[in-house]
Amino acid sequence: MLPIQISGTAARHPSHVVKIDAGIPKPYAIPSSMSELQNSLLELVRRTSAEIPDDVNQSILASLEQEKKGTIAESALKIIDQNIQLAKRKSQPICQDTGSILFYVDCPVGFDQIAFEETAKEAVKLATKKGFLRQNSVDSLTGKNDGTNVGPGAPTFHFHQHRSPEVSVRLVLKGGGCENVGAQYSLPNEKLNANRDLDGCRKAILDAVLQAQGKGCGPGILGVCIGGDRATGYEMSKTQFLRLIPDRNPNPELDKLEQDILKTANELGIGPMGFGGKTTLLGVKICAANRLPASYFVSISYMCWAYRRQGITLDAVEKIEKWLY
Amino acid sequence: MIKLAAPFTEEHIRALKVGDEVLISGVIFTGRDAVHKYLHEGGKLPPGVNLRDGIMYHCGPVVMKQDDGTWKATAAGPTTSIREEPYQAQIIKDFGIRGVIGKGGMGDKTLAACKEFGCVYLHAVGGAAQVLAECIKKVRNVYLMEKFGAPEAIWEFEVEDFPAVVTMDAHGNSLHKEVFAKSQAALAERL
Repeated sequence: MLPIQISGTAARHPSHVVKIDAGIPKPYAIPSSMSELQNSLLELVRRTSAEIPDDVNQSILASLEQEKKGTIAESALKIIDQNIQLAKRKSQPICQDTGSILFYVDCPVGFDQIAFEETAKEAVKLATKKGFLRQNSVDSLTGKNDGTNVGPGAPTFHFHQHRSPEVSVRLVLKGGGCENVGAQYSLPNEKLNANRDLDGCRKAILDAVLQAQGKGCGPGILGVCIGGDRATGYEMSKTQFLRLIPDRNPNPELDKLEQDILKTANELGIGPMGFGGKTTLLGVKICAANRLPASYFVSISYMCWAYRRQGITLDAVEKIEKWLY
Repeated sequence: MIKLAAPFTEEHIRALKVGDEVLISGVIFTGRDAVHKYLHEGGKLPPGVNLRDGIMYHCGPVVMKQDDGTWKATAAGPTTSIREEPYQAQIIKDFGIRGVIGKGGMGDKTLAACKEFGCVYLHAVGGAAQVLAECIKKVRNVYLMEKFGAPEAIWEFEVEDFPAVVTMDAHGNSLHKEVFAKSQAALAERL
């Protein structure tokens, strides 16, 4: 990779910072051999697809302890536990539905997002060839699957600039089974007797848990956004999946709601895979966004037990510096 | 644990009941959204695919071509079955399927077809792609690959001791209906 002379905070990431000289951007040269960044992202995809993060694994093991012995709920959790171990050992996808590919990138001012996207798409194509990802992206008009996982809207990138020189890349692979049971409620909802307050939100969220049973590969994790518009509500609900399972919400009201929904959902007897049992949810994560006076959305994203989420920070030459989960 | 091996006769299938844990051995065919829609619209089964007294698996696997030209299923868990509810009953009737493997359960139309024609719904653990891929001893063939792409194609698998739970039997019982009713009542008490 050709180093570009730059200075300042962005100097840690030479290949992705395009310096503007007399209004002419220097082209980002994609090296013919695999770049360090591509290598790092390929490893991020591999590990995200094959290895459950430790916080999720601990939570699943705790729920296995709790289920009644000899039930089909316990059998299901045992198979889930075996599957987690086997996927890691074989370096193969935990679930064959390797999901929507969602990148969340925190980067300094001056970071070349276009170059990052191009490299990440190549890494995704390569990960697909290697079988870390299923050929999972279909043209919605023609029904054709070109087998690359790259196309309009796929993968998805969320960039966030910050004033630190650090570049961190988080990746979530979210399967279709759990994506299909996501739900957005517009309050008030007469059928649920849900008004525009936190109790109304509680009713909507618990209804989503009831409706998702069996279909979303439980035990699941909820990401919720109260407020926002229809698009940002869903988008922010998904960013909740970047939180650790045992963490607590710094907002006392939201923390109370999270704990209450977790406890209540686990009293419903839905259980793993909807077979009946004690563990329906492993976690509930809720955020709030401002809304218009006319709108009150509660957007709920459901994550299956195969909670594929990892993250890395990159060093000066774009090798993996550390793992975030 | 009940061993359920080919041939999957009506007698064996009708003997199963909700809650039974089974280990399936024999030949099974995958089929998911595109295949169900295609068959429902009158599409012909490709030569070589025989579903009579057979099992259909709602699955879109990751299958890799090996150096010797054979295929290997490297990740093969079930997909959500309810999407096939508009088509499944007709397909059970027309093609004589004895078992449907999937996840999440199916609705009343499928439950009625299971009862009438002697079929069961076999729930595999969703997401357990590695444990279930290990049970696929051989990929015998693939059909409609060009038309539908790899996840949606019909794959012919030889499986051994593939674990599943009977959640809808051939007598009109559904674990899904039961758990839904109980959980709905439990939720009503907590609102």
